[in-house]
Amino acid sequence: MNQAGFYGVPRKIAAERAEKYLKELALWDKAFHVSRTLSGGMKRRLMIARAMMNEPKLLILDEPTAGVDIEIRRTMWKFIQGINAAGTTVILTTHYLEEAEQLCRNIAIIDHGRIIENTAMRNLLGKLDVETFVLDLANPVGDLPTVDGVKISKVDERTLEAEMSRAHDLNSLFAALSARGITVVSMRNKANRLEELFVRLIEANDKVAA
Amino acid sequence: MNSTGTLIALGTLVRREITRILRIWSQTLLPPAITMTLYFLIFGKLIGSRVGEMAPGISYIEYIAPGLVMMSVIQNAYGNISSSFFGAKFQRFVEEMLVSPMPGWTILGGYVAGAVTRGFMVGVIVLGISMFFTNIHLYHPLVTLTTFVLAAVIFALLGFVNAIFARKFDDVAIIPTFVLTPLTYLGGVFYNVAQLPSPWKEVSYANPILYMVNAFRYGLLGTSEIDLAWSYAVMVGFVVVFGAFCLILLKRGVGLRS
Repeated sequence: MNQAGFYGVPRKIAAERAEKYLKELALWDKAFHVSRTLSGGMKRRLMIARAMMNEPKLLILDEPTAGVDIEIRRTMWKFIQGINAAGTTVILTTHYLEEAEQLCRNIAIIDHGRIIENTAMRNLLGKLDVETFVLDLANPVGDLPTVDGVKISKVDERTLEAEMSRAHDLNSLFAALSARGITVVSMRNKANRLEELFVRLIEANDKVAA
Repeated sequence: MNSTGTLIALGTLVRREITRILRIWSQTLLPPAITMTLYFLIFGKLIGSRVGEMAPGISYIEYIAPGLVMMSVIQNAYGNISSSFFGAKFQRFVEEMLVSPMPGWTILGGYVAGAVTRGFMVGVIVLGISMFFTNIHLYHPLVTLTTFVLAAVIFALLGFVNAIFARKFDDVAIIPTFVLTPLTYLGGVFYNVAQLPSPWKEVSYANPILYMVNAFRYGLLGTSEIDLAWSYAVMVGFVVVFGAFCLILLKRGVGLRS
C-alpha cells in the first residue's frame, strides 16, 4: 500500500491492486502477516506484487524464481506471462534456460559480463544445428544400429543416444531402428534446446578469448 | 508527478510514520510519560518546594513545567525522525522512496510531519501529567502552539540531518546524548539564565533551546526572559536554514546514494 502511495496511487485503488496481485501470486492468505516472517519464495513473490502496485510499463525481475518450488515457479511464470500480455514489458534475468525459453521472446546471453548474443528467441533456436535425443527401448539392444547422418551411442541396455543434424529427419532413424527390431517406447531431448545452444555459445566464446 | 499524486505520497508517508509511532507506543509514548512524571515528582515537588517562587506568583514546579514539556517535544521529534529515517536507510527502504517520482520535499515533509506528530502526542501527554502537579493553564494558546510547532520542526530537521550522515545506529544515539541533552539542560529549563555569572550567561544566549523554552513558557505562564519577537526570529531562521540544508542533502543524495 505504501509502495502505491509513493507513486501517487489513491488508497482505494491501491487496496484493489494489492488484493488482485496477492491473489494472483498465491499470497492473499498471508496478506496480514509481517513480511519478515514469510519464507524466501513468498518474499520474492511479495516483491513482485509490490513492484506491480504502480503497474509499471517496464518490470525488471532479477532471478525471480531462484530457489522456489516447481508449483510456485509455474504460478510465477503464469503471472509474468499474464502481466506481459496486459502490456508490461518484462526484463528477466535467469539461470534457468528452460524458463527463458518458455517466457522470453527476445534473449541476451551474458558471458563474463559481456553480451555475446542478443536476438529473438526464434532466431537463436534456429542456430541450433545439432540435437541429441535419448531413446528408451522396449527390449535390451545388442549391436548398435548405423544410420547415415546419425551418431548413435549406447547409454545402457535399454537406452540409446542419437545425435543428429536438425536437417536430418527422425523418420529415417525410426525406420532403421524398426528394421533392426528395436522398439522405441519414449523419446526426449538430452538437454533443453536453449541449454545446448548456450553451452556451445559459451564454449565458442571461451575459445575465441583463449 | 502531479499535485494530487504528491499529496497522496505525502499522506502515505505521514500515515506510515503515525502507524509506526502508535505500533511501538511502549517505546515512543510511554517512556517520556514515566520520565517526566519523575521530573515533576523529584525536581518539582520534592526539591522545588524548597526553592520558592521563580517569578511573582510562579512556583518552581510551574516554572519548570513548560521547559519539561518542550524538552519532551524536542527529544521525541528528534528521536522519531533520526531512528525512523535511519531505519529506512538501514533496511534499504529509502531506496523505494528515492526511485519513486516523489519529490525530495515530500520525503522530508512526510518525515518531519511524523516527527512533529510524535512531539505533539508526547507534549500533550506531558502537559496532561503537569496538570496533576501544577495549576498552569494556556496563557497564550497561539504562542504555545506556534512555538511547539517551530521547535518540533527545527529538531525534526536536525534529526533528519543526523540520520542522513549516520552510518550505524551508534551515530544516531551519539548526538542526543552528547549534544541534545546538554543543550536542553543548559537551555533554561530548570533555571533562569539571567542568574548565571558572566560569561556563562552570554554563552547561554547562543543556545537555541533557550529561545524555544522561553517562548513556550510565555505561552503557558505569560512570563519570559527573552523577547518574544527575538525568539520567533531565531526559530524561524533555524527552520529556514535547516530546511534548505536538508533539501540540498536530499537532492545531492548525500549519505543515500553511492
